[in-house]
Amino acid sequence: MDSILDVARWQFGIVTIYHFLFVPLSIGLSALVAVMETIWLRTKNQDWLRLTKFVSRLLLINLAMGVVTGIVQEFQFGMNWSDYSRFVGDIFGAPLAVEALLAFFLESTFIGLWIFGWDKVPRALHASFMWIVHLGTLFSSWFILAANSWMQHPVGCRMPNPPPGVGCVAGPTRNGRAELTDFWAVMFNKVQLGAFPHVIFAAYMTSAVLLVAICGWLYARAAKHVPTSDDAVESDAVEGAESEAASDRRLYRRGIRLGAWVAIVAFAGVAISGDVQGKIMTDVQPMKMASAEALFQTSDTDAPFSLFTIGTRDGRHKRFAVEIPGLLSFLATGHFDQRVQGINNLQAEYQQTFGPGNYTPIIPVTYWSFRWMMGLGAAGLLGAIAILWLTRRERAPTFRWYTWIAIWAPLFALFGNSVGWLFTEMGRQPWVVFGMMRTSSAVSPGVSLTEAWISIVGLCALYAVLAVVEIGLLLHYIKRGADPFVEPPDRKWREKHHDDEPLTFAY
Amino acid sequence: MDLTTVWFCLIALLWMGYFVLEGFDFGVGMLLPVLAHDDRERRVLINTIGPVWDGNEVWVLTAGGATFAAFPDWYATLFSGFYLPLLFIVMGLIVRGVAFEFRHQRPGRVWAAWWDRAIVVGSFVPAVLWGVAFANIVRGVPIDADMNFRGTIWTLLNPIGILGGLMTLALFLTHGAMFIALKTDGEIRHRARRLSVYLGAVAAVLAVVFLAWAQVHTGNLASAILFVAAAACLVAGIAAAALGREGWGFLGTFLTLLLAVSGLFEALFPDVMPTTLAGGTTLTTANASATHYTLTVMTIIAAIFTPCVVLYQAWSYWIFRKRIGVHHIPTEELAHAGGRAEIGLDPDPGDVVQ
Repeated sequence: MDSILDVARWQFGIVTIYHFLFVPLSIGLSALVAVMETIWLRTKNQDWLRLTKFVSRLLLINLAMGVVTGIVQEFQFGMNWSDYSRFVGDIFGAPLAVEALLAFFLESTFIGLWIFGWDKVPRALHASFMWIVHLGTLFSSWFILAANSWMQHPVGCRMPNPPPGVGCVAGPTRNGRAELTDFWAVMFNKVQLGAFPHVIFAAYMTSAVLLVAICGWLYARAAKHVPTSDDAVESDAVEGAESEAASDRRLYRRGIRLGAWVAIVAFAGVAISGDVQGKIMTDVQPMKMASAEALFQTSDTDAPFSLFTIGTRDGRHKRFAVEIPGLLSFLATGHFDQRVQGINNLQAEYQQTFGPGNYTPIIPVTYWSFRWMMGLGAAGLLGAIAILWLTRRERAPTFRWYTWIAIWAPLFALFGNSVGWLFTEMGRQPWVVFGMMRTSSAVSPGVSLTEAWISIVGLCALYAVLAVVEIGLLLHYIKRGADPFVEPPDRKWREKHHDDEPLTFAY
Repeated sequence: MDLTTVWFCLIALLWMGYFVLEGFDFGVGMLLPVLAHDDRERRVLINTIGPVWDGNEVWVLTAGGATFAAFPDWYATLFSGFYLPLLFIVMGLIVRGVAFEFRHQRPGRVWAAWWDRAIVVGSFVPAVLWGVAFANIVRGVPIDADMNFRGTIWTLLNPIGILGGLMTLALFLTHGAMFIALKTDGEIRHRARRLSVYLGAVAAVLAVVFLAWAQVHTGNLASAILFVAAAACLVAGIAAAALGREGWGFLGTFLTLLLAVSGLFEALFPDVMPTTLAGGTTLTTANASATHYTLTVMTIIAAIFTPCVVLYQAWSYWIFRKRIGVHHIPTEELAHAGGRAEIGLDPDPGDVVQ
């Protein structure tokens, strides 16, 4: 990495993928916690409050990391990519500003109210705070994905020489930058309409698989506890009380079932929205679709989709492949016998349009990240279904690999998100804004290589330490499991007589 | 009024909001080892800002986003030019933010001590560097004809930059002490109030010198009025604190920051980043701005949602308006005696007792 371009690209990739480990969990877990607290309010069943508090702790640890790593995201466009910021700021800056105004304020204020407000407001209002936080995460996703979708497929804009095929008109602009002509076109870009449900469903699925895995593991731990005569004596002593292990088993089974059904429905959403996205991508970024399959020659009919390929390092020649005939045609166009354009064709076409240059992404990266995205997502879901199956009808899972399923299923789902982003961003290269600006001309001209290195090394070191802390905390709380039920204090009790009692919650 | 002027004012407003709100967060963080004598007192201090610090911090994210949207060239020049200071600010905000959330997650003196250090350093670094950055924006920095910053971090660490950094440091410390005096109860409240007077005296000297320089350097009549009003509010605030009137004292530093920041923006207008290079480009509200269309859209959105934000954030301050004392801090003993302290999110994990 001897150029600032390389350093800046590595930094963007690393900090963005790191940030996006916390984002899907914050989106999905905030929804799950809101659902759990609402069920508790409606049913008054103690299990749901215990689950609310247990899962919320994992949410808060993640959310804190998501919030602070998000600051870097907002600053680094200007720091490392100042020419990009100048070129697109008129369009790209607006969704970022609106995201902060509409989403960040909502999330940060209401998560504070939720954490500290158990005995300060009526219970229904308290539950609504978590719904508002979740709504904030959805707003946030909408605006930032609108910004990203514009980079994939620029619309609603004006520039002196707009490339063909994008939604931009020709016209004079200051310094030749891209300027906004239609805010709503950017907000409802067709790429955005595919990306938003895809990302949100993936976030729900990832979080739900995590919930299943954690509850599944804790369920198995509770189920190992065979009732002994001591327990019997104890439960006789307390009339009507069930053993702690039995109530824990019931609690965690609730978590497993809620998580599994959310995961299954969300996976369907991921698959359907992904399919829609594939067709839009073929339309607006055919090179990305071709490089997802490493399809060099245009296939006039029945383009096959390979499950895996062994080939040369540059991905140009295959030695062995397992292929499903016609599937790529279907993914790209919706018909098994349709024509799919190949990389060589598109490269020649782009050279005619944009001049000499390489317009092909790094094929092995796009080819494999596309497969890993789908494979990891499916593996995560299968893990969740396996846990649901192994714990059916109060069964105690004795399966040897059970713990490994519980560990790997959520990680698979989470990394599926990461490689999905890797695919969509690497598949756009060499462009930072498709057809308009190359990544190589987006970087800050005034920043020195030393500064860029200080930045990447400093952030990576800090992120590594925080990762260790975060994983340690999560494991600590997962092993501890759900706390016993305690009735939250009454607001009126607090207000009237007990202002000097210790706070319900304190940092 | 021209929309570029509207957005200049809105961005000034966002920075004013940021400095008055996160200003006391920084102060509270830095005063942690000074004002608190034991862990319960440290937790009292942290809990005065616990529910609100995150919302306060969003003001700077919104200011950054608004600058990107309304003045893309200002955003590009500022963020790529002030590269290392902003990197250190971001790293400070990161360790400080997770420290608030992680500190209470595990018992143990060593664990808490590390996060306390993170809170102190993570509050100190941005408190100084924001001042350095603002002083340099007003002073002017070497910007070439292509609007790119042509300097290093040493360019920014000039005497005026350092003076600006010391001023924000002293002001935020004073503001934080005033806030603690207003929000706590017991011994720590009186300690904070006494300290705020001494800190305020130092801040007043630094602020008067810096604002006088800014006035001579680039001021106008309006900025002079704002600067004088800021100084008067600071003196009045210190006097109120000395007389034991905590609310008036806090209002004093609150208005001081508000007026000083607005005065600096007033002095800067219509420039947003003046250059010190002959033949360089001074960034102004005109040549750094977004298009009229973008500004129109953004104005409509800001006009609708900014009042909502202010309302619900103010409401959250109202919800958490009570003073906090050491008796409010739940302890392990309480938590494990099944006391009410365990309710909510268990404040102290049970490992100590188990």
